[in-house]
Amino acid sequence: MTVQDGNHGAEVAARTERRWATVSVIVIVVLAVLAAFAGIHQVTMPQPRVETIDPTRLHLSGEFVESNLGSVLEPNGAVTVRAIGQQYSFTPACILVPAQTPITLRATSADVVHGILVQGTNVNTMLVPGYVSEQLMRFEKLGDHLMPCQEFCSFGHEGMWGKVKVIDKEEFAAKAKSGGRLSCVGE
Amino acid sequence: MLVNRKLVLAHFWVAFAVFGLALFLGAWQMFVRSPLYTWISNPEWYYRSLTAHGTVMGYVFPTLVAMGFGYAISESALKQPLVGVRWAWAGFWLIVAGSVMAMVPVALGRASVLYTFYPPLIGSAFYYIGVVLVVVGSWIWVALMSINLRVWRREHPGEPVPLAMFANVAGSYLWAWTAVGAALELLLQIIPVALGWRTTIDAGLARVFFSWTLHAIVYFWLMPTYIAYYTIVPRAIGGRLYSDTMGRIAFILFLVVAMPIGIHHTFADPQVGAGFKFIHSAFTALVALPTLLTVFTICASVEIAARLRGGRGAFGWIMALPWDNPIMLAVTFSFVLLGFGGAGGLINMSYQLDATIHNTQWITGHFHLIFGGAIVIMYFAIAYDLWPHLTGRALPGLKLVRAQLWLWFVGMIVTTFPWHWVGILGMPRRMAYYDYSDPAISPQAFSVTLSAIGAFVLLISGLLFLYILATAHRQPAADAGAYRFSAPVHPVRTVPLALNSYAIWVALMIGLTVTNYAYPILTLAVRSDNSVPAVYVGAQ
Repeated sequence: MTVQDGNHGAEVAARTERRWATVSVIVIVVLAVLAAFAGIHQVTMPQPRVETIDPTRLHLSGEFVESNLGSVLEPNGAVTVRAIGQQYSFTPACILVPAQTPITLRATSADVVHGILVQGTNVNTMLVPGYVSEQLMRFEKLGDHLMPCQEFCSFGHEGMWGKVKVIDKEEFAAKAKSGGRLSCVGE
Repeated sequence: MLVNRKLVLAHFWVAFAVFGLALFLGAWQMFVRSPLYTWISNPEWYYRSLTAHGTVMGYVFPTLVAMGFGYAISESALKQPLVGVRWAWAGFWLIVAGSVMAMVPVALGRASVLYTFYPPLIGSAFYYIGVVLVVVGSWIWVALMSINLRVWRREHPGEPVPLAMFANVAGSYLWAWTAVGAALELLLQIIPVALGWRTTIDAGLARVFFSWTLHAIVYFWLMPTYIAYYTIVPRAIGGRLYSDTMGRIAFILFLVVAMPIGIHHTFADPQVGAGFKFIHSAFTALVALPTLLTVFTICASVEIAARLRGGRGAFGWIMALPWDNPIMLAVTFSFVLLGFGGAGGLINMSYQLDATIHNTQWITGHFHLIFGGAIVIMYFAIAYDLWPHLTGRALPGLKLVRAQLWLWFVGMIVTTFPWHWVGILGMPRRMAYYDYSDPAISPQAFSVTLSAIGAFVLLISGLLFLYILATAHRQPAADAGAYRFSAPVHPVRTVPLALNSYAIWVALMIGLTVTNYAYPILTLAVRSDNSVPAVYVGAQ
């Protein structure tokens, strides 16, 4: 191409520009459609409901009292994990879960904003005081994962690390037989 | 025609001086949490430093650059002396006063809330009021840009507004509206609690308000960079702007779609439902459009320069570009880093992919590529390009300028690429130190060390930049002539009204913000069961 003047050059320029704009729009539409498809087809949409909870009364009554924290085997074979974050630790500090099982994590904060991230997975949610976070998860392999607080929660933030221990499904079922809430704190 | 040189220089010098200080803090932060520093430092100092670094780099530095450049554009593009010079100085001093007011409590450890505030953590009221003053100072600039354009229009009825000024005013309107989210959060929620008038706060609502500002502010930082792409680069390398129209469309698109996307910062938050998260995800994809259009137009403009210099062939023309020209280097580095940062942004924008890297070092890597890489490199270019016109003296030596740009480019890559990697491994951000003796973390030690080295390269480059600007003031006087902007290939005689005015676009910007934010904000604001007790920073 040489730099052209006059109408012909302007037409070429306009045509090239239009083509590029079309390509750009197509790229963006494809991206949005992909996200919608993955969200609907593979059910990877965010938590749909907004639930509130009073952080000052967590320890007194309701879902997040201390005796209710940890993992519980539901009658249908699924597992529910309840946890809270507070300056500067998670309770329970070590979450025990079975492999190859659908798990629902329900968590909240007792004071400021925290976050739960399970390394090596895409489990990642914010804990905002006043609200309950729900996250569906499933672990295929046995092993330990680090679970740092991923959101700044004041000066002790860097020391706030939890753990997730994934154990065999049968082993978990055996531990859960006697009822109660399971965790791997102290193990 | 630059009359108020002192005004522009004052903005730039304060901007670059605080930038230099914030670079020191950044490099120190990288050092103390790397394996190079084995003693555990006091994390309190780390978070003070992080708050100062973020506040300066996020609010003070880019705002002053946009304002200083804006005043220069207004005078030289409209070819009329600035209207409201006294107000401009008042805005400048408001920003200086606000910055000092904010930084004193930060230095004392009374406001370690990072620049993103994090209620219900509450710091000293002086910190927040200082930030508000910075914003109010910048709003004076917004008003002045609008007034100056109006004065020009009255004397040039029907004429196309010069592209640089058109973009500059679009950027100022974008900023005025963008800042409203954080302003509402500060004035309605945080400051009353910081002053002790109230003791509870809705942390979820505060996060939604902040997300209103948090993404669009990046496009405000980006505006001077994009103005430089369109109106400085083609002229500086001896080419022409491929399309004036495309420039106008890109800036209008930024104005309209940069705003209603911030909820993508709360993808992992429990206080916003799935529907609005998806809508904001789709709108975030849309904001890639003006960037894709810009990449095309600027590459085409650069190609024109190369062909004018005798470049041949499908790719051979690339060799004919003036690679020793600092602006050519700057725009190349800026585009490369924008490419990597933008690709990362498209990953962040998708809810599913974001889950893997949300709040990890990946995010730090992404926005440092965009801000520190793509944006700041062009701030350097703007300063280098304007300096001879502001000081009346030539730059001391292009070799030094090139070395500075290369150092910044290499430093930015060495810093941010390892961050992306450890982010994928799940390393959380905003940590004062990591326990590298933990076998699960020790493999990341090497990457963190690399980032720390990169931070020092960046620091050296930043200091070299300040050195070049300072020594330029002592060069022998040289007349740089009138300050000019790029000429388009096809001279602009008439422009459709829609591409020459803002009313419809500002209305669209506000309308889209309302549809994308009103419901999430109102549903939280009318509830009474979601306020939580404030947690005061530094309280015993």
